[in-house]
Parts: sequence; structure tokens; C-alpha cells
Amino acid sequence: MKFSEKWLREWVNPTLSSEQLAHQITMAGLEVDGVEPVAGEFSGVVVGEVVECGQHPDADKLQVTKINVGSEEFIDIVCGAPNCRQGLKVAVAMVGAVLPGNFKIKKAKLRGQPSFGMLCSASELQISEDSDGIIELPLDAPIGQDIREYLALDDSAIEVDLTPNRADCLGIKGLAREVGVLNDMSVIEPNIIAVPAAIADKLAIKLSAPEACPRYLGRVIKGVNLGASSPLWLTEKLRRSGVRSIDPIVDVTNFVLIELGHPMHAFDLTKIEGDIDVRLATDKEKLVLLDGNEVELSTDTLVIADSKKALAMAGIFGGENSGVTETTQDIFLESAFFAPLAITGRARQYGLHTDASHRYERGVDPQLQRTAMERATQLLLDIVGGQAGEIVEAVAEEFIPQPAQITLRESRLQRLLGVHIPSEQVDTILNRLGFTTIFADQQWHVTVPTYRFDISIEEDLIEEIARVYGYNNIPDQAPVANLHIANVQESDVALDQLKQTMVTLGYQEAITYSFVDPKKQAALFPDVASLTLPHPISADMSVMRVSLWSGLLQSVSYNQKRQQSRVRLFETGLRFIADESAENGVLQQPMIAGVITGSRFGEHWLQDDGQVDFFDIKGDVEALLANTANAGTFEFKAAQHSAMHPGQTAAVYCNEELIGYLGCLHPQFEKQLGLNGKTIMFELLLAPISQRVIPKAKDVSKFPANKRDIAIVVKEEIAIGDIMSNIEKYGVNQLVGLNLFDVYTGKGIPEGMKSLAISLTLQDSTRTLEEQEIQGMVNTIVADLSENFDASLRE
Amino acid sequence: MDLDAIIKQAEEQINNATKPAELDNVRVEYLGKKGKLTDLLKGLGQLSNEERPAAGQLINKAKQQVQGLISARGEQLTAQELNQKLAAETIDVSLPGRSIESGGLHPVNRTIARMENFFSGIGFSVKTGPEIEDGFHNFDALNIPAHHPARADHDTFYFNPDLMLRTQTSGVQIRTMETEKPPLRIISPGRVYRNDYDQTHTPMFHQVEGLMVDKNVNFAELKGILHDFLNHFFERELEVRFRPSYFPFTEPSAEVDVMQENGKWLEVLGCGMVHPNVLRSVNIDPEEYTGFAFGIGVERLTMIRYGVNDLRSFFENDLRFIKQFK
Repeated sequence: MKFSEKWLREWVNPTLSSEQLAHQITMAGLEVDGVEPVAGEFSGVVVGEVVECGQHPDADKLQVTKINVGSEEFIDIVCGAPNCRQGLKVAVAMVGAVLPGNFKIKKAKLRGQPSFGMLCSASELQISEDSDGIIELPLDAPIGQDIREYLALDDSAIEVDLTPNRADCLGIKGLAREVGVLNDMSVIEPNIIAVPAAIADKLAIKLSAPEACPRYLGRVIKGVNLGASSPLWLTEKLRRSGVRSIDPIVDVTNFVLIELGHPMHAFDLTKIEGDIDVRLATDKEKLVLLDGNEVELSTDTLVIADSKKALAMAGIFGGENSGVTETTQDIFLESAFFAPLAITGRARQYGLHTDASHRYERGVDPQLQRTAMERATQLLLDIVGGQAGEIVEAVAEEFIPQPAQITLRESRLQRLLGVHIPSEQVDTILNRLGFTTIFADQQWHVTVPTYRFDISIEEDLIEEIARVYGYNNIPDQAPVANLHIANVQESDVALDQLKQTMVTLGYQEAITYSFVDPKKQAALFPDVASLTLPHPISADMSVMRVSLWSGLLQSVSYNQKRQQSRVRLFETGLRFIADESAENGVLQQPMIAGVITGSRFGEHWLQDDGQVDFFDIKGDVEALLANTANAGTFEFKAAQHSAMHPGQTAAVYCNEELIGYLGCLHPQFEKQLGLNGKTIMFELLLAPISQRVIPKAKDVSKFPANKRDIAIVVKEEIAIGDIMSNIEKYGVNQLVGLNLFDVYTGKGIPEGMKSLAISLTLQDSTRTLEEQEIQGMVNTIVADLSENFDASLRE
Repeated sequence: MDLDAIIKQAEEQINNATKPAELDNVRVEYLGKKGKLTDLLKGLGQLSNEERPAAGQLINKAKQQVQGLISARGEQLTAQELNQKLAAETIDVSLPGRSIESGGLHPVNRTIARMENFFSGIGFSVKTGPEIEDGFHNFDALNIPAHHPARADHDTFYFNPDLMLRTQTSGVQIRTMETEKPPLRIISPGRVYRNDYDQTHTPMFHQVEGLMVDKNVNFAELKGILHDFLNHFFERELEVRFRPSYFPFTEPSAEVDVMQENGKWLEVLGCGMVHPNVLRSVNIDPEEYTGFAFGIGVERLTMIRYGVNDLRSFFENDLRFIKQFK
């Protein structure tokens, strides 16, 4: 809500600067977004009268004028504005005037004619954007008066960003009340007098939906002159409140809207057939709005109708068929109370949002209709003339919101705020805000004024008291609570620890959007069901990620395009997979994922500068799994994945459950994803790696360990992981160490075979092993390998 | 040859030895089984009983003297040899070490980690929850009924009228209160979503929400804890103001501004006393318990803390940007 500071000060005028006032209302919860001057900075501009206006002898578009500014002699000014004419009252920048932008007016010659000043347009004075010719002042403007003074331009437009609960401040009246409370001052309301009926014309009003519209006031005004223009004081007040002047009738209803916060509507009386009926729309009833758009109404929408048709969407938008036009002479003026619940959401349903719907949704004072009607009538008669009929009021009292009664306990007030506020001060605050109070037995019985739709419970009153008392006057206190030791399980692996592992391994943490490009995701994960956002920010951010890879790969591409060839990124976060059996039909699982590309270490004088491959990421994943102190439960198995290289992909299992994948991106996607070079990645469910084994200590054997190396030859396609786990599982009890230290193919090994060098460490906890026993154990292991893998000892 | 001459000769030979092996040869020559001094000792038998002790003494003394010289020279040679070896092994210590360059946490998560640290230190536990949320947890239970204007203000990403990307992490508070009973102290960090994208808004951002529910939690305590938090977060005394505001789920409500170095106020968080309807929606009696809640914008605090100027840079993951956060 934007308003003129001077207008507010007509109602209540504390001795505060604009800045102090803005700060004060901000701190009361009406946040000031901006304070702007209503005109540019200028001086030396006065009211003048065009006494003579003639054609410039040498220029078609210029006129030579004589201007009376109240001094002894008329001033010669050359003017190019098409609306310049004799008798006009104008704004004259005299020689020596300084216009906005530090533009100094000097005497000049225009095509040979002397000019001692300039006639100003509104835009030149930064009074409005409008630059259609020079300003036309009212004919009674006093010649010679400084224009700043005449137009009261030393004013500010204040914009407040009101929270949705403060509908009562959507008008000068409410804002003034608030300022009065804060300064403990009375508010001076304008004198609004009832206009007596001069004619007998009236329309009957029927409230067919009294819950939605329990009060409707109508009044006929005949013989208005729409040729009249709105007075400057009115258009200026509107302009400073951010409202454009349209015609006198709209201007007056807008004036009442801003002054009292009460929306009004005017119909062309001759377009109304029969009487007024405030009813719900019939199904798919059509109505052409004032903006020319036709809407199809639903039955939850309230309309103002006559005996034959809908005239307007109640409280939201007027209809074209009953709108006031240039030829209108007789009008029907509406001032109504529509229940917030009957309006709320309706405007949005039709893609509309109007000043009226904004207020009705939040709540308009159900006792203000007559005042608004009288105010508007009085102004209209003053400006456009005509004769008013009597006010017809239809009311369904039982549906008029009743003032809420709330009990406020002194103890509750103190308990919730943590500060004692003296009861006299509480009384003053509430009374100034318009609440009536009775204090007895340490509690207040409070009656809430009808304009405060936001106050319905004790806590609402407590907030009112606290904000007027001043939040910053409430002291800071340290919270008091009982101490309890947090329930932290030793077996939990904190996410921080896993992240720290990644950091130590050289990964930079990324945060990528949870919504990704549907095309890219569909290419990588054609078989995974995702969720689509019906109204995304953009098409390439319209599906929820089913894997963290999409975002990470995009980040890799982004960095490669910026000369960063070595990339190591990881991310943790949820993936979203459509799944009917999950809560709300979507499985939301925390994941950890990483991606690497480029050189292994970066250029280094000593280290190998090779490109990363599968075993780099596998080593990193193994380091990550080591946090569980139970790496042995995880198995890597060759696997196929739609996004990945068919020969360089492993699935990771934990106790037979698939928990993720690692491997190389399928090269076919490199181009589509804008990637350069081999990209290797992993992604694991976080839950299975967030539990670790609690150590169970065993005695350290006092007897020597014996190390034996064996070399075996097996077929090349046999997975070494299977061989190793076989030795571990089915080997001998005394095997305490197992390590693969070489894999060899080539000379000396038959085609299609590979040689593995494995070291075995054997130790008993109760005695020293004899050489014979050791050899026996090695033989057992070799025999087992021979049986299961057709392995033979290398010659 | 008299003893003195032998000693002198030995000394000369010892000093001329440049390697341990040469020195050992000298030892054998004088002190070995057939060494010169050994031979002299063997000759003692030919002397009379009266002369023998004195002569023996002299020879033994000479032996000790030579032995001493050999040991000293030996130590000298060992030291020399070690020094030569060490000199040959000298390297350029200014060359970079063999390692992998460590990475770093994302600045937004670094801020979240700091907040978790502060609040867990005073007994708050960290809770997380789903980001695709239903209408009950994101709105209804937070006292935002279907037609509430606040719903329209949220720029919510809907999947359907009852399923949306959460607009705040408050749903986690509701989920916590559904299963745990007061006293409660929790914070819930995480991603939240609003359909808005410009210089100062990204469609995804992060919040840390806090909730404390106990018998007598009050507004003065809410002020105290937040003021304390902000001072510790920025590691300096900040000018802070609490400004009345409106949230459907708190009453009274406030927004908190901090004074920036440029002399302007900047809003950094919203807070308030938990609305009785919220407590009732999870079966907590608002007469018995009161609570406060706050929601902190993580990106904004991160930007102030580290001097980041463009919000959008947080989600571009440009290594040149994020690598600054080690």
C-alpha cells in the first residue's frame, strides 16, 4: 500500500520527520519499503497565466507567449507545447530556476525570438511520467505562487509492505489510527456528513446469498456530468498513492478506497434491468468484465446481478455491460460488505487480483459501508454534480461479523512475553487500538473492533500489546531448560564424517538443483519413474531428480567449459522416485554421489599425471565404506546400468541388497551432456553406510605370523573379487591376512589365462605353527581354488 | 725399538688411515695376536721377576694409549662417512609434497554445519524430513488453511493440490511433534523451494528452522537465543532489531534485521511464539506448553559472512568459486 505522507498527516500529525515516521511504523509491524519524494528537486517555478499566445514567425511548432507571473511586466517565453493557449494557468520556470537534474534556466533565443524562462510539463518537474504538453493548472491557481507550495510538493510517497493480517491498514484511516496509537495522539477524522435524498429514485436490493453478502448499500445519483474533470487535489492525492486518474467517478471511488480502505463500485443506472440481486453465479454463467475479457463463472462466485443478468463479480471486478462510460448520466453506487470467505481465492481462480479483492479477501470493516457511501456521494456531487437518491440498505444482521470477545489473562501475557507490562499501559495500548476493555480479577475482557479481522485469540492480543510496547523493549533472556544427554548412538556414522572423508579424498562439495532437465534424465535413466513439476521455472528444470548424477554431470560440463579440466565433485541429498507404496507416492532417499574427471593428481613434478579411471573411484568408494568399519559386508559385482559403460560398471551390494553403482559414464552420453573426456562416478544410498560396527576386541596373538605367497593361474574372465572372497570365506581358520599383490597376463601365461600373486598370512592364537601345518593350510586353500575356479599353481 | 717410538709410529699410521678397514689393519699390526705390542708383552717372560711388573705396566699403558687413539680415529671416520652419505642425500625441500589436494564443503553446508554446532551445543537435536510434502504438513498443520492468503504468497511448486515441494522446513517440526512429546528442542536444516528466480531469488534455497517447546518458553528467551546466535555466527556484536511481522504459525511473530556494514538493515530471519493452533494440530496442549520457532535463511547469512555477492553462484558449482571454501 502506497500513500501520501501529507494525506496521512491531515489525519494525525506527530512531530516526527519522514524518516522517523517510517521507522516508527516499520517497528510497529507495518514495514516501510520505500519513502520517495512526490516530485523532483527544483526551485524557481511559479504559477503563471498565459496572457498572449501567438505563432512563432519562423517556426511552425513554436509559440511566442507573454506570461503574467504577478510581476510588473509580462515575461516573453517561447513554448513548443501543443496545448499552450491563451488564458491557461501554467507552471513557469523563471530565469534562474533550477529544474531536476540541476538543469538551470537561462535567458535564451529560440529561432530569433527571446525567451525568459520555460513553461513546464509534469515530467520536467518529475511530478509524473506524463509528458503530454505543459501542466494545466486550475483557473483559480494564484498567480506568482511558488509551485511547490501551491501543489504541496514537499511530500513523500510512503510504500508499506503490509502483512496479510493487517487489512485494517489498507487505508489512510487505519494507518492514521496506528500512528495515533504509537504516538499516543488522537486522530482527526474528516467530517463526513449524510447527504439527504434529493430524488426519489432507488433500486430494491435482494440478498440471495446473505452469508456471503450480509450488507449491501445502493444509491442512485442522476444527472452527473462526466465532462467535468477531477480536481487537482484529488488527482494529486491519487497519484501520490500510486493510482492513475481515470474519470471523476472512478477517481472518487478510488479516493474512498485509499482513504477509508473501503472498495466501492459504480454502475451505469440505465444498464440495470429491474432490481439488484446479490447472488451466487449459476453454473458456467458468463460475464464480460470491464477489461473486455469474458469469464465463465463457477457457482462459488458471488455476483451482483439485476433481474436478468450478472452485472459484476462481487468484490472483485465490474462487468462491461453495466460499466460507467463517457455518456453515462445516471449512476448506481454500491457500498457493500462481502465476507472474506466468499471472496478469498476467487479472484485467483479467474487469474485476477484487484485492489477490491485484495481488501475483501483480508476483511473490510462490516460497519463502514454507510460512511463510505456518504463520503463518495458528497465528493461526487461536488465534482460531477447530479442529484442523489436515498441510500437503500439491505442487511442480514445474523451474518454480520460480531465483535469478538476475548479474555486476556495478565499471567498469560507475562508468561508468553517474559516481561511484565503494567496493566495501565496494557489498557492504554488496547484502547487506542480501538479495543474496549474491562479489567477484573487479573484479566481483561476485551471487545475487538469490527475492523480487526485478525484478532480472534488471546495470543493475538498479546502480539498487539507487545508490538506497541516495542519488541526491542522486551529484554533478552537465555532460555531455561532441563539438561538431557542427547541420544547419540555410537553405531551412527554422522553424515559429516562421510562428507569429511570425501573432502579428504579431494572432492569439492556441490549443491545442485533438485529439479533437472527431463531430456537428459530420460536418456540416463529411461526406466526410472520420476515426478514432473506442472509449473516449473523453466523446461530444463522440470523433473525431480532420480539420481544426483544429472546435476553433478551438468556441473562437470559447466566447469569444463571454464577451463577446469580436473573435476572432483560430490553431493549428498534426496533423490525422488515415483513409487505408489511410499508415503505420498514418492520415495525420497538420501544419497551420496561423486563424479571425477581429468587427471588423477593434477600436474605434479613427482606424481603420475594419468587420467582417472574406474579404480580411482573404486578406491574412493572403498575409503567411504571404510567408515562403517565393516567394509567386508560390501560387495562389488559387474553390472549393467543404462547410464554407464557396459564393461566398467559395478553394482554395490550390502548384505545382498543393492545400494548403488559406480563406474564410467557411457561414452554415448558425453556429447549430449557436453562432457569432455572420461567421466567416472558413483552413487550410494546413505542409509546402509551410515551404520558402523562397534569394535569387539580380541587378544593379539603372541605367536609368530607366517607369510606364504602363492601364484595361481585362472581363466581371464573369472572375477578376482570372487576368488578373494572365496579364500576368505572358505579358507582356513588361521588365515589372518590376505592380499592380492600382482595380476599378470602375457609371456609365460597361456592365452586367455591370468596369473594372480596372492600373499597369505597364517597365524594361530595359541601356538607357533609348524612348517608342515602351514604347508597343509596353503595346500587346502589351493585345492579349494582348484576345485571352485579351476585354478592351478603357476609353474 | 723402544715403546715411545712404537707409539709414535702407531699414532702416525692411525692418523693416516682414511677408512675403517685401514684403521683395522693398524689395530692388527699393533694390538693383534701377532701385533707389535702383543709381541712385547709376550717377551716379558724373559725379564727378571723384579723388572717384570714395571715393564708390563708400561707396555699395557702403551696398548691402552694406542687402543684409545684407534677408537677416537674410528669415531671420527664413522662420523665423516655419515656426513658424506647425508650430504649426498640432500634434497630440495621447497618442492611440493606428494599428496592429493583436499576438497572442501560447500559454503551453504558449511554455514548449516556451524549452525548445527551452535544449537546442538545447547541441546537442540537435528532433524530432517521429506522435501516433497503434503498439504497437511506444509500448510494445514501450520495454521495455513486452504484459502489463507499466505498460501497464495508462497509461490509454491505444486505437483497436485495436495502434494508440493516444501516451502519451509516447518513440516519437519510437525513430523517431530507428531512422534515426540515436549520438552522439545530441534533444528531442521534443509532445502526449500519457491517458484521465483531472479537476482535475489533462486527456486531452491536453504533454511534452518528451530523449535523449542517446554512449560514456560517465552518471547524474551526467543530474543535472547537469536541474539546470542547472531553474535556467535558473525563473531562480533551486531546491532539487531526485532520487527513485528506476521506468520500464520506464530503469534506474536517477528522478523529480525541485522545492521550491515553499509549502514542498512537486512532481514535475516523470521520467528515467533508457536501459534496455539499449531500445537493443537499435533495434540500438544497450548495451556500446558508454550514454544518458540524461528526460520533462518542460510544463503543470506552465508553471503554476509563470506562476502558473496551473487546468490545464484551457490548453485553453479563453479570450482573457482567453491574452492575458496576449504
